[in-house]
Amino acid sequence: MYVSHAIASGMGGIRTAGDLVARMQLSKAMKIQEAKEYVANKLQVSIRDLTDPVRMTEVREDLQIGVITPQPGYARGIEAKIRMTEILDIDINCVSRFNDKISI
Amino acid sequence: MGKILTRLGDGSFIELTEGELMRDLEEGTEDAADRGKIPPLATEELKHLFDIFSCPFRFVSVEPGKEIILSGEGNNVKVKRVGVDEDRLQGTKIFERILGADMADIGFPDYSVKSLKNILHFERTLVEEALMVTQFPISYGFMPNLGLYTQPDGPCPNPADLMPLGKIKEAQAAYEETVEKGVEDIVHVSSAMWESGVDAITFDTTGGAGDADFLAALEATEILKKKYPDIKIIMGMAGEFILGLHGELEWHGTRLAGLYPHQQVKLAEEAGVTIFGPVCNVNSNKSAPWDIARAITFMKACCEEARIPVHVDMGMGVGGVTLHDHPPIDIVSRASKAMVEICRLDGL
Repeated sequence: MYVSHAIASGMGGIRTAGDLVARMQLSKAMKIQEAKEYVANKLQVSIRDLTDPVRMTEVREDLQIGVITPQPGYARGIEAKIRMTEILDIDINCVSRFNDKISI
Repeated sequence: MGKILTRLGDGSFIELTEGELMRDLEEGTEDAADRGKIPPLATEELKHLFDIFSCPFRFVSVEPGKEIILSGEGNNVKVKRVGVDEDRLQGTKIFERILGADMADIGFPDYSVKSLKNILHFERTLVEEALMVTQFPISYGFMPNLGLYTQPDGPCPNPADLMPLGKIKEAQAAYEETVEKGVEDIVHVSSAMWESGVDAITFDTTGGAGDADFLAALEATEILKKKYPDIKIIMGMAGEFILGLHGELEWHGTRLAGLYPHQQVKLAEEAGVTIFGPVCNVNSNKSAPWDIARAITFMKACCEEARIPVHVDMGMGVGGVTLHDHPPIDIVSRASKAMVEICRLDGL
């Protein structure tokens, strides 16, 4: 069932930009169109690109915000999320707490 | 055109003529409109549903550009539930890296807030590790499930024992006591998880124990938003209207019993909820077109009222998806496409 929904109407998660659009819904309570426009603007891509795994892999690799198949040395996990806070200009709860912990 | 192959709400195959299909769509939307006192679907929308159901293909999807956010509750538990031996952290990664989830939820298999207090330490450690190695948003989810606060499982008198004895006031007082204890636990667990760094807290199956259950979730949300102004709360519902098991509970002057999704979402917004997950139940004796037309009518009214994002619940037996452990892809994909395209929702 989950796979059917993902293919029928889902954005694609980190294969594309689904996770980033979801972050805008959470961070700013944006409705779907506003969230897509915000992310597309920040990434300097079109709204259509947001669900294209080929285009978004290039963008995500360039910006180092996490991909499904990371190469050695790529940003991943918390490293990628720190980059997201800068690129999307948002706060991410675990990143704020991570920064607090490493501040000496 | 020959007969159209579709299914009943229980998932079994049926065949409908074109006339029967359109009649079921019309009756489904009229049923929702009548119950919810909301507008039925317009003729053009019913024609769009007719086209989706008369399409001969096994699988259908939204047009490119109309995709929405796919969230979920208890995602990691669902990998374990099908007998795949995995750690919940691995399950979360499976949803991120393999299943295309836009965001996901970590939860304990029991999934009731009352059961979490004794294991909160371990749950926080798991969540903190998951947040270090994943990229997508992660919420921590649980059900208010106030039923567990009544005897013999909990400390409060059981209203279901008191009601048959005619002890109505005592039963209502017992429900009110469960609200106090439920709010305390919801705030305790949510605070701990927010301080561990989760992106959101998910209250799932809200209202499952009736109006007291919904009240506990609203009160807890209000407290948490005052305590942590930046906290994000996702509220998923249990059913299409709030069961009045107490019957007279109010929140900010609104009686909770009998509220439908387009009314529930206004209270959720007022309390401070970030994303709302409304529900419409499936009637397994009716056809899938009837169920989906009915669900979309309720959800469209909810989306039109909402100022916050709406993620419609579309699991087994809700949102027009057939009531079966293994929902067929022909119905799931049709329900998914129809709901997204007609309601203009933000996620599911």
